[in-house]
Amino acid sequence: MIKEFDQKLDLVKQQNIIETLKDLQAFLGDTPLKIAVCIKAVPDTETKIQIAQDKKNIDFTGVRFIVSPYDEFAIEEALKLKEKHGGETTVISVGEGEATDILRDALARGIDSAVHVNDPDFASLDPLSTAKVLAAVIKDNGYDLVLCGQQGVGGDNNQVPAMLAELLDWPQVMLTVKAEIENSSFKVEREIEGAHETVEGSLPCVFSTQKGLNEPRYPSIKGVMAARKKEIVIKDANALGLKGQVSGQLAKLKVKEIALPPSRPQGRVLEGDVDSQVKKLVELLRTEAQVI
Amino acid sequence: MDFNLTENQIAFQEVARSFAQKELAVHASEWDAKKIFPKETIRKAAESGFCGVYVKEDVGGLNLSRLDAAIIFEELAAGCPSTTAYITIHNMVTWMIDEFGSPELREKFCPELTSGQKLGSYCLTEPGSGSDAASLKTTAIKNNNHYLLNGTKAFVSGAGETDILIVMTKTAEKEISSFVVPSTLKGISFGENEKKLGWNTQPTKAIYFDNVEVPQEYLLGDKGMGFKIALKGLDGGRINIGTCSVGAAQSAINHTQKYMHEREQFGKSLAQFQALQFMIADMLTQVIASRQMVRLAASKLDSKDAQATTYCAMAKRLATDMCFNVCNQAIQIFGGYGCTQEYPVERLMRDARVHQIVEGTNEIMRVIISKKLLEEGATLQIR
Ligand SMILES: Cc1cc2nc3c(=O)[nH]c(=O)nc-3n(C[C@H](O)[C@H](O)[C@H](O)COP(=O)(O)OP(=O)(O)OC[C@H]3O[C@@H](n4cnc5c(N)ncnc54)[C@H](O)[C@@H]3O)c2cc1C
Repeated sequence: MIKEFDQKLDLVKQQNIIETLKDLQAFLGDTPLKIAVCIKAVPDTETKIQIAQDKKNIDFTGVRFIVSPYDEFAIEEALKLKEKHGGETTVISVGEGEATDILRDALARGIDSAVHVNDPDFASLDPLSTAKVLAAVIKDNGYDLVLCGQQGVGGDNNQVPAMLAELLDWPQVMLTVKAEIENSSFKVEREIEGAHETVEGSLPCVFSTQKGLNEPRYPSIKGVMAARKKEIVIKDANALGLKGQVSGQLAKLKVKEIALPPSRPQGRVLEGDVDSQVKKLVELLRTEAQVI
Repeated sequence: MDFNLTENQIAFQEVARSFAQKELAVHASEWDAKKIFPKETIRKAAESGFCGVYVKEDVGGLNLSRLDAAIIFEELAAGCPSTTAYITIHNMVTWMIDEFGSPELREKFCPELTSGQKLGSYCLTEPGSGSDAASLKTTAIKNNNHYLLNGTKAFVSGAGETDILIVMTKTAEKEISSFVVPSTLKGISFGENEKKLGWNTQPTKAIYFDNVEVPQEYLLGDKGMGFKIALKGLDGGRINIGTCSVGAAQSAINHTQKYMHEREQFGKSLAQFQALQFMIADMLTQVIASRQMVRLAASKLDSKDAQATTYCAMAKRLATDMCFNVCNQAIQIFGGYGCTQEYPVERLMRDARVHQIVEGTNEIMRVIISKKLLEEGATLQIR
């Protein structure tokens, strides 16, 4: 049986049917992409941060939420890829009420559908738990590509996208600054220390998006009106089969205390000619700063 | 009766606010200083839908109400009153073609106007006819299957940079007709850019018409309807100018509120001086009153109220006067720094000053209001 199959396959290879099929596919246009974008609601970057009573989080009273700025690159890239290749785009956010606005905002920019994962169990998740929740939403749903902002502004852990890729057992490209996709394979530039690295591979894959990848568009008024008609699907721990498996309680990472950085004392300007300034500086580095 | 915005209106407001912050506010000072007309940004504004807000959808508009438009334009104006004021003129022109144009005119011109590919101007004022607009002298004489236009228009916003002009002309003694005139037609030329107090992000020029052949199909509405069309445009235009003033004044308050906490004199922040506390309290009260008046007029226009024109005149008068005062007081609170271009308040004041004059001076608004009010029975009709 296996032998027979191999022979048939050989025949196919000889006649170059696979190449022909690829050619045909390229001629007809790419395979449409099914893209998931994971986004997070974070306090407006203009917010004056105050620490909550229990010192475990910030005080959210009166805080306005926005989509984490790096996620905007992910949304934009999803829209651009869809414009080029066709397909469908979904935004996913894990969070409470604050997630609704950012999901609507993504829909207004042109994303097709939204999933809001909302469960009291999922309050104060650590990055690994968040990745587990996202993986549960994404796996087995036929996605070709997952896009995430490279970090959530505020927590700034830079962990979820990589963990998510591991949990899905997909390749990952972090800090993407340029992405090209053709016939299920990708060629991506990512930021590394002082240079760009080009990575190639095949889908499915997780990209995390970095500034420079694209210029996010604004939601349009038409988009806003269309977004009102799109449904936001709500899922909880039960629906994802995660009840009792993932929760803030079970999270491995626990916040002990958060504090505002100490206010920086006023700088000092040394006066006099260069020689006396250098002398004074060295003296201060010895005596006051005690670093030499 | 409900004074709250709908969910949609709140969403529109946010779209406009984020556009204004990211695309207008950060550049406004430079555009003003260098007299840059930001065409690219206006095109981007069109992508968001801001170039055909109350134009019908089949030609690319959003078909929203005047009230929605007032909410949107106010947010844009908080970013840059001058650029937004131009965008509102463009909306007015586009609407006039949408509303009064033949199906052919609508299809020919509206889609490229709503998409921002082409920009529009409104040409009523002439060197010798401002407030007395009906005394205009530009002529359009029928000649075979076209009209020959001759005359001079003054103070045309956007002139030289715009593509589609609506021109009010005399087609006979005591007969005014409006035309849609592509600015590239032979015989059209432009004056120098006026050196102005405000509205520096848009050019203002005279336009000369020297035997300009305009196809007869470009007549807007019926022959002799031109003045009515011009005034219909201005009803909405006046709401727009009023709302641009509200946006400017709200922006002035936002800056002032911040500055009062930052600046210290006599060992205290400005926010601790009662004289200034009272000033900013009055400023906000005036802005809220103006905003409500503008929205009231807009809703009168939306519901085709018989007195809508009078409400529009009242809203324009009240909002542009009060909001100019608010911007002016902001400068007072900023002190010397308020006079410098380091802070936006002097620019907001200069732009808001223009609003007391354009689209009918505030005296002419009072002429319109009092004329109506002194009619018999008017005290019951308009209140
Ligand atoms: C920056 C700018 C942009 C403009 N853009 C446009 C444009 O795009 N298209 C366009 O067509 N026009 C435009 N205008 C023209 C504007 O609409 C006119 O300037 C305005 O209508 C006033 O006309 P005027 O300047 O001739 O003043 P005048 O009519 O000469 O008025 C002078 C003074 O007399 C007062 N006055 C006049 N008549 C009366 C009366 N009956 N009772 C009491 N007081 C009276 C006026 O209120 C004013 O105080 C623009 C003007 C400016 C400054």
